[in-house]
Amino acid sequence: MARIELDLAHAYRPNPQRDEDYALLPLKMSFEDGGAYALLGPSGCGKTTLLNIVSGLVTPSQGGLSFDGRDVTPLSPQQRNIAQVFQFPVIYDTMTVAENLAFPLRNRGVPADRIKQRVGQVAEMLDMSGQLGMRAAGLAADAKQKISLGRGLVREDVSAVLFDEPLTVIDPHLKWQLRRKLKQIHHELKLTLIYVTHDQVEALTFAQQVVVMTRGRAVQIGTASELFERPSHTFVGNFIGSPGMNFLAARGAAEGIEVAGRMLAMPKATLSSLGAFTLGVRPEYVRIAPPSEAGAVPGVVTQAQDIGTYWLVTARVGSGASESLLRARLSPEQSIPQVGETVWLSVVGEHTCYYVNEELIA
Amino acid sequence: MKPVNQKAWLLILPVVLCVAFSAILPLMTVVNYSVQDIISPERRVFVGTEWFKAVMRDDDLIGALGRQIVFSLAVLAVEIPLGIALALAMPAKGWKSSAVLVLVAISLLIPWNVVGTIWQIYGRTDIGLMGATLSRLGIDYSYTGNATHAWLTVLLMDVWHWTPLVALLCYAGLRAIPDAYYQAASIDGASKFAVFRYIQLPKLRGVLMIAVLLRFMDSFMIYTEPFVLTGGGPGNATTFLSQYLTQKAVGQFDLGPAAAFSLIYFLIILLLCFILYNWMQRVGTADKEPGHG
Repeated sequence: MARIELDLAHAYRPNPQRDEDYALLPLKMSFEDGGAYALLGPSGCGKTTLLNIVSGLVTPSQGGLSFDGRDVTPLSPQQRNIAQVFQFPVIYDTMTVAENLAFPLRNRGVPADRIKQRVGQVAEMLDMSGQLGMRAAGLAADAKQKISLGRGLVREDVSAVLFDEPLTVIDPHLKWQLRRKLKQIHHELKLTLIYVTHDQVEALTFAQQVVVMTRGRAVQIGTASELFERPSHTFVGNFIGSPGMNFLAARGAAEGIEVAGRMLAMPKATLSSLGAFTLGVRPEYVRIAPPSEAGAVPGVVTQAQDIGTYWLVTARVGSGASESLLRARLSPEQSIPQVGETVWLSVVGEHTCYYVNEELIA
Repeated sequence: MKPVNQKAWLLILPVVLCVAFSAILPLMTVVNYSVQDIISPERRVFVGTEWFKAVMRDDDLIGALGRQIVFSLAVLAVEIPLGIALALAMPAKGWKSSAVLVLVAISLLIPWNVVGTIWQIYGRTDIGLMGATLSRLGIDYSYTGNATHAWLTVLLMDVWHWTPLVALLCYAGLRAIPDAYYQAASIDGASKFAVFRYIQLPKLRGVLMIAVLLRFMDSFMIYTEPFVLTGGGPGNATTFLSQYLTQKAVGQFDLGPAAAFSLIYFLIILLLCFILYNWMQRVGTADKEPGHG
């Protein structure tokens, strides 16, 4: 187990010039020993590259990384003592389930009785005890992926266990079960776990700290509630949450801020000198307000959808250049406005965030 | 009961006709010959299984069959491992891989009788590179005089000619293995040998099966190259089955025994291929007893 520190950048092509040439833009961060991390972002954002750099399958083109202060940049995955589980199941066709699970230990010359004990424990954890003697190639995809997971967890002394979207091929109900299992394993073994996913629910439920990535950049590292309450970048606001954060163009002035054609009272003093900025508010925090309430803007409802446990109401606010759509998550207990109705929606409150150039400023 | 669509017969009719004319009719002609004594085009006598009995008692034929089996097994024993080793050593990408692919394929493009001629010259002790080198080294090499030398030369020629086929098949098989397997093996701390034993070899099963069957059938029917190189000699050291068959059918015009022998030959190949195929399908895939992990 180790504390992993990164200070690196990576480009797959030589001589990167522009930002687009980088798979991973210059990045400095650390994974604490024993933490559960998730790398979250859309496809192609560089999360798998980052993971492969940590495991040693990819060597960063600039900078390096260290485990507990020891530089490991030139070391192979074996030397780093890393375990990694891949998106699609990798199993050794000619071996039984037990032999598959034992393979990482056997390669390292662990004594046979110790191997047997560990394989038994891991099989127990994954509910595979009954399948140990079966040939792995004949099993279903999810069982194969459980074997891959098991091979990642069978060594106790690893620096970290890395997961690259490991539950993609697993059935939804089993997915939930396995995720809980992983959490439990993390709790018991205190391993450093890094989990790559594009599924925010998976990331937020699994990890203590989530690294949100986009276009080769880690835009925010934080807990689930930090990402939800204070997205430090508009991308995070948009990516986390369902639906994502509402963004409204706004302008600061001496007497207050102008949002959707209406002058609202100044919520924070720092905003007055800014000029144009973006106001972000989560649909969860948009309320139906009495007409002309401070911090509310009028809007025409364009859509009202029943999403089961809540209603999603979309309203058009502002006019002309400042026109935009505002979504609100409303509980079904309150009265839901009809399409075409004009309602007042509160957008400025303690949960409102303010952005300039996509970065959080207040 | 399910409705039966008789239209299907119409659709397979062209195939049936093609196969009938290309395979079934010629084969039946051979069957026809094998049970008759053809004295002249007008006179023929039904002899039943007599030719089969005679052929089975033919010591020359049993000798040729023995040589043939040893030869084919030797071909497989050398060409398959060598082909795998070549494929593993070939560069995987870039211009080097294209260049190597072309180089490796060259011997496959040479007509078979030319291969025989090339080796005839190659093995000559006066001007041939191999023959002259061997005799310089003090080895009394002669593929025309020494039965062992002749046999080894034919084997070497076949290895030279056909190992590239095995190598190309394996090369294609190796390229089809996803990167994730190598990555996982690297994470699992597998040695180079373990990667070969547990990833590459099992993933090559399909192409190796094709390679083994192709090389087995082809080597079992080998004719042209030894015919050109040694003419079956010295003595009958390199007289393989097809050569013996040709001697009987064309040389001596013993159509009956030759036909009977052809059928036996055909059945032997079919049987051995069946055994090889089934063995390769099964090897390394059986469930094991629990508790041996």
